[in-house]
Amino acid sequence: MTDHAHTVPATAMQNHERIGAFIDWATRWRVLLAILFLAVFPWFAPYTALAVNILIFGLFAMGFNLIYGYAGMLSFGHAAVFGLGAYGCGIPIAKFGVPWFLALPLGVAVAGIAAAIIGWLATRTRGIYFAMVTLALSQVVYYIVFQSVPLTGGEDGLRGVSVPEIRIGPMQVNLLDPMTKYYAILVVVAAALWIFSRILNSPFGAVIEALRENEMRATACGYDVTRMRWLVFVLSGMFSGLAGALYAIHLSIVPIETLHYFTSANVLMMTLLGGMGTFFGPFLGAFCYLLLQDVISVVTTHWQLVVGALFVFLILFFPRGIWGSIIHWLRP
Amino acid sequence: MTMTATLSDTAPANVSPILSVREVGKKFGGFTALDGVTVDFAPGRLTSIIGPNGAGKSTFFNVLSGAFPPSTGNVLFEGRDITGLPQHAFARMGIAKSFQITNLFPHLSVLENVRVAAQATRTGLDLWRPRARLTELVDRAEALLVLVGLAHRRHQPAENLAHGEQRCLEIAVALACEPRLLLLDEPTAGMSPEEARQMMDLIVRLNAERSVILVEHRMKLVMGISDRILVLHQGRLLADGTPGDIKADPEVRRVYLGQSV
Repeated sequence: MTDHAHTVPATAMQNHERIGAFIDWATRWRVLLAILFLAVFPWFAPYTALAVNILIFGLFAMGFNLIYGYAGMLSFGHAAVFGLGAYGCGIPIAKFGVPWFLALPLGVAVAGIAAAIIGWLATRTRGIYFAMVTLALSQVVYYIVFQSVPLTGGEDGLRGVSVPEIRIGPMQVNLLDPMTKYYAILVVVAAALWIFSRILNSPFGAVIEALRENEMRATACGYDVTRMRWLVFVLSGMFSGLAGALYAIHLSIVPIETLHYFTSANVLMMTLLGGMGTFFGPFLGAFCYLLLQDVISVVTTHWQLVVGALFVFLILFFPRGIWGSIIHWLRP
Repeated sequence: MTMTATLSDTAPANVSPILSVREVGKKFGGFTALDGVTVDFAPGRLTSIIGPNGAGKSTFFNVLSGAFPPSTGNVLFEGRDITGLPQHAFARMGIAKSFQITNLFPHLSVLENVRVAAQATRTGLDLWRPRARLTELVDRAEALLVLVGLAHRRHQPAENLAHGEQRCLEIAVALACEPRLLLLDEPTAGMSPEEARQMMDLIVRLNAERSVILVEHRMKLVMGISDRILVLHQGRLLADGTPGDIKADPEVRRVYLGQSV
């Protein structure tokens, strides 16, 4: 009797410890695990173009997750930084013949500058006002790009961002081959994952969490909260802009829809679906969202109806998202 | 009596005050919460600010700690005019505060609460180095947890702590910026008598290394530990002296009518 009563909790304890150790291990190697998964992923994906989309939108959702999941600020204008990243990379290639390896950081820089301006105005507000200011400013960006037809192609989108081949050292990489394109983009995404993880682990990563937890306390500790919020916004904008720049290279055109507020809503849904404030969540969210869209739109043109219903179900019953719920159940 | 006189001599000519409050007033609309208060706080002392409800204690505390600027008058810290500086500048200068209502990072671990607070004033903007390797900060946080008696709870999320423990963590977080002046707003709020007594012991120990200004509603608690007591009443300074002086003051007795002083 005593023995029995003693062994059961001991085993339960061991299991808890084992799960805890596993989570710690997965957290330590999260960048490598994510890269490994993404490296084998296209072999399971229905087709490679979808895999590329998941890769790019996963990166976008990861950047968005920094501001929303980690810092707790709901931006509803991230289409602006994603789209400007795409145009910032696409215009130099299409109009000025700039090589891709210069255009890519240019896209990130344009997105970063845009995020600095939008963020400077928006981070003075909080909650719903922050969401509204970011939405309004992203609409401003949309209409400016929409009207600047000579540079951006306006409604038709920017055409001619063709990078059929890229040269990396002695290697010629043919981007017309979908599989090659996937792995070329994965190299950039892997670097972004590594930098992102370092930021989360850095002292500044701790500040980001402190902002989400309690701004008043953070201020009393000596943090200039407005400046910190602005900085997170810029960082988030640069990751999102990188995703946009890769999207331009992926599609060879930049559709004006990249700047549309639907794009802001999509990335929010992906992040919520996967699990806000988790490392793997955004990629999982992008995967589920785009796969569902792909599968359901074969059956019916009203795929948004099904996705919408599923979304409501998830928010009501699994507000932590898919990955967030898994982590929550596992954690001792 | 001589002893008392020396203690009540709060700003001796040879020691410059750590904090000076000059003719400070605060109005909220038509309501005057503070009305021309002037006080010097000598370094190293434990000063308590008491007063009945609505006396202006919290307003005074908020002006001292930089939560909002006074409507009139100036606040000087170590001779520098700090009136109207933003809240975050106060911690960087060496003034820390604890909140009346527990105000922590609820989902962060007890240790991380203190570590992130220590980081604010000790490291610049760092987006690259792993924070776990900044051992100096971790050690500092661990030492503070030992000081307030929470070392055994270090890996718990702050929200899991009992109320009394959260109040202690609140103090550790405030101490993390290594303040020369510690401002405490009713640190014993909601505590049992036993917990409140332990908290007062802790405050006395903290006072050994830094100046402390304590706002307290319950007069009895501060009588035994304070070097000096200020009594606020209707936004004005009603009395100022040693606990002995305050006990004997007929005006204070009148304000605290019905309470044993």
